[in-house]
Amino acid sequence: MPELSTAPGTANAATGGQILSVKNLEAWYGESHILHGINFDVNAGEVVTLLGRNGAGKTTTLKSIMGMIGKRTGSVRFNSEELIRATSDRIARLGVAFCPEERGIFASLDVRENLLLPPVVRAGGLTLDQIFNLFPNLKERLSSQGTKLSGGEQQMLAIARILRTGASFLMLDEPTEGLAPVIIQQIGHTIARLKKEGFTILLVEQNFRFASTVADRYYIVEHGKVIDGFANSELSSNMDKLHTYLGV
Amino acid sequence: MRNEMVVFGIMAALLAIVPWTGIYPFFVMQALCFALLACAFNLLIGYGGLLSFGHAMFLGTAGYCSAHALKVWGLPPELGIIVGTAAAAVLAAVTGYVSIRRQGIYFAMITLALSQLLYFIYLQAPFTHGEDGIQGIPQGYLFGVLNLANATILYYVILAGFLFGFLVIFRTINSPFGEVLKSIRENEQRAISLGYKTDQYKLLAFILSGTLAGLAGALKVFVAQNASLTDVEVAMSGQIVLMTLVGGLGTVFGPVVGAFIIIAMQQYLASAGQWVNVIQGVIFVACVLTFRRGIVGEFAHYFRLSL
Amino acid sequence: MQALYAQLLVGLINGSFYALLSLGLAVIFGMLNIINFAHGALYMMGAFCAYFLLNLLGINYWWALLIAPIAVGIFGMILERTLLQWLAGLDHLYGLLLTFGLALIIQGVFQNYFGSSGLPYSIPDVLKGGMNLGFMYLPVYRGWVVVFSLIVCLATWFLIERTRLGAYLRAATENPTLVRAFGINVPRMITLTYGLGVGLAALAGVLSAPINQVRPLMGENVIIVVFAVVVIGGMGSIMGSIITGFALGVIEGLTKYFYPEASNTVVFVLMVLVLLVKPTGLTGRAA
Repeated sequence: MPELSTAPGTANAATGGQILSVKNLEAWYGESHILHGINFDVNAGEVVTLLGRNGAGKTTTLKSIMGMIGKRTGSVRFNSEELIRATSDRIARLGVAFCPEERGIFASLDVRENLLLPPVVRAGGLTLDQIFNLFPNLKERLSSQGTKLSGGEQQMLAIARILRTGASFLMLDEPTEGLAPVIIQQIGHTIARLKKEGFTILLVEQNFRFASTVADRYYIVEHGKVIDGFANSELSSNMDKLHTYLGV
Repeated sequence: MRNEMVVFGIMAALLAIVPWTGIYPFFVMQALCFALLACAFNLLIGYGGLLSFGHAMFLGTAGYCSAHALKVWGLPPELGIIVGTAAAAVLAAVTGYVSIRRQGIYFAMITLALSQLLYFIYLQAPFTHGEDGIQGIPQGYLFGVLNLANATILYYVILAGFLFGFLVIFRTINSPFGEVLKSIRENEQRAISLGYKTDQYKLLAFILSGTLAGLAGALKVFVAQNASLTDVEVAMSGQIVLMTLVGGLGTVFGPVVGAFIIIAMQQYLASAGQWVNVIQGVIFVACVLTFRRGIVGEFAHYFRLSL
Repeated sequence: MQALYAQLLVGLINGSFYALLSLGLAVIFGMLNIINFAHGALYMMGAFCAYFLLNLLGINYWWALLIAPIAVGIFGMILERTLLQWLAGLDHLYGLLLTFGLALIIQGVFQNYFGSSGLPYSIPDVLKGGMNLGFMYLPVYRGWVVVFSLIVCLATWFLIERTRLGAYLRAATENPTLVRAFGINVPRMITLTYGLGVGLAALAGVLSAPINQVRPLMGENVIIVVFAVVVIGGMGSIMGSIITGFALGVIEGLTKYFYPEASNTVVFVLMVLVLLVKPTGLTGRAA
């Protein structure tokens, strides 16, 4: 399989710097106070996973970073730019991309239009050919209506379309949810490929087994706070804690 | 509930003494008719969450039917009022059945279109005399005793009608039916999942609202002594919305206050020609943007009362 | 027979206006979730703009077809930026109320300066006269209105359904938050969409000026019929709005020939019938 050309974020990977730093992030949905103080960081080229039970605030964390939550306080620094006051389109143009839990495939667009929708925000994004190499299924389905695809294909599409934009930092919200094991494996391989090409990935997952195949580090989110964190190498010694946190 | 009764008492008392103040009773009578109309409209939007942009059709239909009954059939006033109100009730049942099928914004557009349909029917129907309207309606003797040509007696009759309609609405809002209605406005899906046949409740509210609006129309016939196309125009429906918006959507007394203000404004600005429309438009825009609670609503919010 | 074809033609012309106006209304509703009650007033402004361009600046009809929609479109965009954008999170009904108020203001101002009577606007020379088609006499201007409206409607459909820009619009109509998170300036797109809808209304106004005269209240009754058109067709599809608009115009024209007393009301009666049989409208998507 042909190699992906130099992927974005490689410059940062070489410097080994911190891409994202979140401090004391609090967020509200209307009157509900969801995030009570999220603290974590992500380094260039890493795959970091947020683990936690349903309702812990993992999705809200991703959306807050992306600027999609109205009321938020604290600090979100991306490549030394403060994002806490920024609008989501500005955040996207700085090189942050978000793949939502519900995938967000547009029913009124066909697959091709869905794929081409997110605009290229900086150089270094994947070309269409490279994307079709990663996701061959999509090439055959270009003129189908977006939502006529299977769950797995829609997930591929949702990931594929943000790879074109040149964003170096990808946030994926439960990419394996509701998918067959074979597809989950495929997604795992894709994430591993992307990591090799220099993308930095922040993953939210409930499927802990899947996360352990790709993640470098983990943070545990509970009741809107980050309560623990450890590296993949420390995983076996933390299994008991994990069982308690995740209730599995 | 307590303070609402107190305010009601004050309102009734103030209105009762009007003939002894110097205020022109016909102005107050007209305002009372519109106040009842606005209250009926408010029942639907403020408590049922349904914006009817065609309430003029009830005003006009009751007006024309009462006028016809009084002038052509020679019925006594009490029967004239009943004929008008009943006509409005029937119209409400029919139009309600059609309109309830759609929600929110579509409901508003349907009621608007239905009211326009009626406008064109009335424009062409012989009994309405088209552009001229029905003029010179006799006021007669209510129950054979009360001479409605006497301004003071007429005033108290109109006031009684208004208070009656107002109390019906007040009682409805504070009844189990009213509570279900409010819950439908808040979250219809949840009401359905609780087992309520929401369409039936909405239809009933619509019929009640239309009937009371008809009562207002029937009463107005005695005050204005005519029934015309103006009562069925879109502009009239717009006025009703404006009165309620200014006074306070979803408040008990808001529509009354709003009606008095808008009627007073129209008298005051009668010589300003089309600028009245511009001013009303500005008030609409200003209310929607900055003053959504309306006068009574803001007052109630500030003093933490229920009004 | 001549009379029937003549009425059909009138029906097609009215249908053209209904199609252009309901198209604009549908596009605005899709993106902004606002029923633009001011649409009739903006249609009127388009006609007046053409009138002013001709009588104050000597600019002819052909330029007016281009300038009036742009000018009124810009006015619409200003309205959106200054007033409508504040309605974003609120109940749809406030949009209806606000735009109703705007319609009152716009129409009231024009009425104060121009009264209620109509101002004349003559048909451009090139489009004067008529052609004898054998089965009927076709006034050139009227034929032009139908053909041009059809072209504009189809062009708008193409723009929305088949182009990249249209894809942005359709996606933002479905999920504006996500589209913005891809880096697209959605607020600006909303403003431009309102401008597009208003521009279509103004264009209808220019086309209408030589036929219907230029009057401050010319939009007032049209808008309510267009609302009924939209309820019948459902606002889910662009092509649905176009087809329903033309179809209802034709039906109205036919009614005028066969049963004139009902011509004012037939659209509303049809609306009632459609509601009883298929409450979500002909194109089926729910409110």
